[in-house]
Amino acid sequence: MDYEAVIGMEVHVEINSKSKVFCSCPTDFHAPPNTNVCPICLGMPGALPVLNRDMVNKSIAVGLALGCKISRWSKMDRKNYFYPDLAKNYQISQYDLPLCDNGALEIEVDGGSKRIGITRAHMEEDTARNTHALGGGQSGIDFNRSGVPLLEIVTEPDIRSAREAHAYLTALKQILQYLDVSDCNMEEGSLRAEANISLRPKGYAEFGVKTEVKNVASFSGVQKAIEFEIARQEQVLRSGGVIIQETRGWDADRGITFSQRKKESAHDYRYFPEPDLPPIVVDDAWEQRIRHQLPELPMARKQRLEAQYGLSGYDAHVITLSRNFADYYEKVVASGADPKKAANWLTVELQALLSEAKAEITACRVAPDALAALLKLIDTGEINGKIAKEVLAEMFTSGQSPDSIVQEKGLNQISDTGAIEDAVKQVIGASPNQVAQYKEGKEKVFGYFVGQVMKATQGKGNPQLVNEILRRELGR
Amino acid sequence: MTLDWHWKSAREIRDAVQSGAVSALDVTEAYLRRIDAVEDKVDAYTQRWNDTARSMATKVDEKVRRGETAGPLAGVPVALKELLCTRTGKTTCASKMLENFRSPYDATVVRRLEEADAVFLGKVNMDEFAMGSSTENSAIKPTRNPWNLRCVPGGSSGGSAAAVSAGECALSLGSDTGGSIRQPACLCGCVGIKPTYGRVSRYGLVAFASSLDQVGPLTRTVEDAALTLNVICGRDAMDATSADLPVPDFTAALTGDIRGLRIGLPKEYFTDALSDQMREKIEAAIEVFRDHGATIVDVSLPCSEYAIAVYYIICTAEASANLARFDGVRYGFRHPEAKTMQEMYVMSKSAAFGPEVRRRIMLGTYVLSSGYYDAYYLKAQKVRRLIKKDFDAAFEQCDVIAGPTSPTPSFEFGAKSDNPLEMYLSDIYTISVNLATLPGMSVPCGLTEAGLPVGLQLMARPFEEETLLRAAHFYEQNRGFDMGRPPVA
Repeated sequence: MDYEAVIGMEVHVEINSKSKVFCSCPTDFHAPPNTNVCPICLGMPGALPVLNRDMVNKSIAVGLALGCKISRWSKMDRKNYFYPDLAKNYQISQYDLPLCDNGALEIEVDGGSKRIGITRAHMEEDTARNTHALGGGQSGIDFNRSGVPLLEIVTEPDIRSAREAHAYLTALKQILQYLDVSDCNMEEGSLRAEANISLRPKGYAEFGVKTEVKNVASFSGVQKAIEFEIARQEQVLRSGGVIIQETRGWDADRGITFSQRKKESAHDYRYFPEPDLPPIVVDDAWEQRIRHQLPELPMARKQRLEAQYGLSGYDAHVITLSRNFADYYEKVVASGADPKKAANWLTVELQALLSEAKAEITACRVAPDALAALLKLIDTGEINGKIAKEVLAEMFTSGQSPDSIVQEKGLNQISDTGAIEDAVKQVIGASPNQVAQYKEGKEKVFGYFVGQVMKATQGKGNPQLVNEILRRELGR
Repeated sequence: MTLDWHWKSAREIRDAVQSGAVSALDVTEAYLRRIDAVEDKVDAYTQRWNDTARSMATKVDEKVRRGETAGPLAGVPVALKELLCTRTGKTTCASKMLENFRSPYDATVVRRLEEADAVFLGKVNMDEFAMGSSTENSAIKPTRNPWNLRCVPGGSSGGSAAAVSAGECALSLGSDTGGSIRQPACLCGCVGIKPTYGRVSRYGLVAFASSLDQVGPLTRTVEDAALTLNVICGRDAMDATSADLPVPDFTAALTGDIRGLRIGLPKEYFTDALSDQMREKIEAAIEVFRDHGATIVDVSLPCSEYAIAVYYIICTAEASANLARFDGVRYGFRHPEAKTMQEMYVMSKSAAFGPEVRRRIMLGTYVLSSGYYDAYYLKAQKVRRLIKKDFDAAFEQCDVIAGPTSPTPSFEFGAKSDNPLEMYLSDIYTISVNLATLPGMSVPCGLTEAGLPVGLQLMARPFEEETLLRAAHFYEQNRGFDMGRPPVA
């Protein structure tokens, strides 16, 4: 009997509003512990929450980008449980009437595309952070994160493999970054993914018992954890065992999931409507205002780049992975660069420099028009491709324009026939053995001569001229 | 300097201070002496802020001396209920849980009073976390009724009412979740108003039941209540439930003219539950209105009988969440013997909350629990809407609804403390107003043969405090007798 995995994802996204969701404290929780706090996010007696409108706007934007219906009337609820990182011992969240529901996200996996249903997206507040590293058996709580705005995005159980889960997270992150609503940094916890995983015999309609995998720090970790969990469950089922409904953690070092909490100890959260906050009423005008502000989303942009610039699916995919990268690309093209060459230089050369420097395109010192100017120098034969790579590296570190680098360093391509002839003659004179080999028909040796001539011209020889003159001189 | 400034109204004090006829400091000293004289009998104050009071008064006097216009409560000595957050002193909620708690901020109403140049004399007693009707649930001490020291002052704002009634402050702030301003005002013979829900900011009012709580004044005259409302009402960006409506000059409503006013008498408020001595006084008060051109109509509030049940489901549900934050983690009492996290929660709460608070937390937790939510909390919310509809219908026939504030006058200590249900009935006439988010007030309408005050309750449509004040002020001016002063020396 073959088994089929049924997976649903819950993703918590920290929304990058300037202030917390219910108070005006900054959301920067890397500040020294308990500095970005106030009576409201500390849960002091008498303090009251006021919903941050920017959070609602950004949540609506996410909802629209995911094709959700935006509720005309939704409300906040209290989710009651006791834990020291929860200032009020209830979390303000949304229970039965979320802001967004009933959407879908198109993902690309194994060369095809698939639609993942989005059940809902709802607003809530983040908790504080407990630390047990104080020593002496003491625990500390940092409330800087308490009240940071969170959007929880829940999928339908539409995902069938670890790869699909990975593709879903990638596509979701891409959209969130396009919307500029979150920095989506998984290691810092601004994006947290949980997977609900169950198996069922292929062809069966009903679901098996699920486990929930939490606390995974990367997308690849999620993929591995799901792979492990599918294999584990399959083994349990094949050996006649039963799956226990539970929460499981992911041990990245050992590459295994482990039991954290059984269903029996699950909470009764005693949800009820938050009396301190009026209902959230989003009328048509409000929704339309947000809709008009939506940027072009990744899938649409990729298709447009393919059509408009004749890019390959792969190049368009790589360029549109991030909105900033795609913006940069379009600026290079707008500055007059050939779209295909620009794509090539961007995805290969500039990307390599960025990766090496661990830098984002937004911090890149090479301005888009400077990159276009560099490509123009190649086109006009001012410099060759090899020199251009050096110039780009220099531009990357110094931020100078390609023209001034070329000028300053005297990198102009040598197209002076006389100078190249001199160099060719010199090389031929110094390499009698290679000349003999070449004359015996060893064509490979030709590369040696090219290299030597380029070396003699400090790489500045016009490659076409070098070739021509070498053939002429050697052929004599 | 007149010797009995402590019996003057807030308006008289304000006018005299503004005009320079008396210094705020002299008025304050008069009140401090009055407190010294009677406090050992009344025990209204839980904290006395003599130095703060003197320095606030001095600031007001300097303002007057500089020729600036002092605020609308210039030099008026005020007492604050223990659950209003103040940076000065402690905010204990009359609970062992917060016996040493200092708030890092001032409640919006406190800030507004200060900006109006009021003078704070200190904080006054209450039932722990505002849960009770006699102030016997205070973890600090009992407060006595100035009209009879063997009797309770009512609750939960018992300290606020007793202090006003005994001349220990010119006015006080209380809070009203199910009658906690009106019932003690009634039992202590003073004026108390619970504004419309949303009229006054709740920011800095330690929450009991968020959808019902409202801050309001207790005063010796209706005009003083209007003056105080002028200061404390209005939109507050810190409270999302505060109404974004203009605040009228409430004193302008005190016209003395009630011709054409339609007063509704709900038949459900005049049943056998109402003691004869109360009924007699209430009916006499109604006659004053009738004699001066008001129309008296019979109305019905058929869902009244469910009000207590609905109230004790909703208020306990909200309280169970609101009081969850008192866990010993960040502030408040933490049991010294707790060794684990679980013990910290259980032992701290068990030791520091009194029996009534624990009872309500447990009730509230129960009605919200999975499997019971629909039968209790959800049903209660539905009936709450029906109660509101009753009032909407009644207010089509009348402008003001009148009735008793409390079914009985004050009672002796311990008389009801063994029977929580009987104690809960103290609020039978007041809680509907909170459930329906209406403004309601209690105005003194006489004394029983035993010399205990009786209060007339008036209710109006949402945000029609002006109608309420106009009716109450008219009655106060025309009732034909003086309430006199309580026998406390």
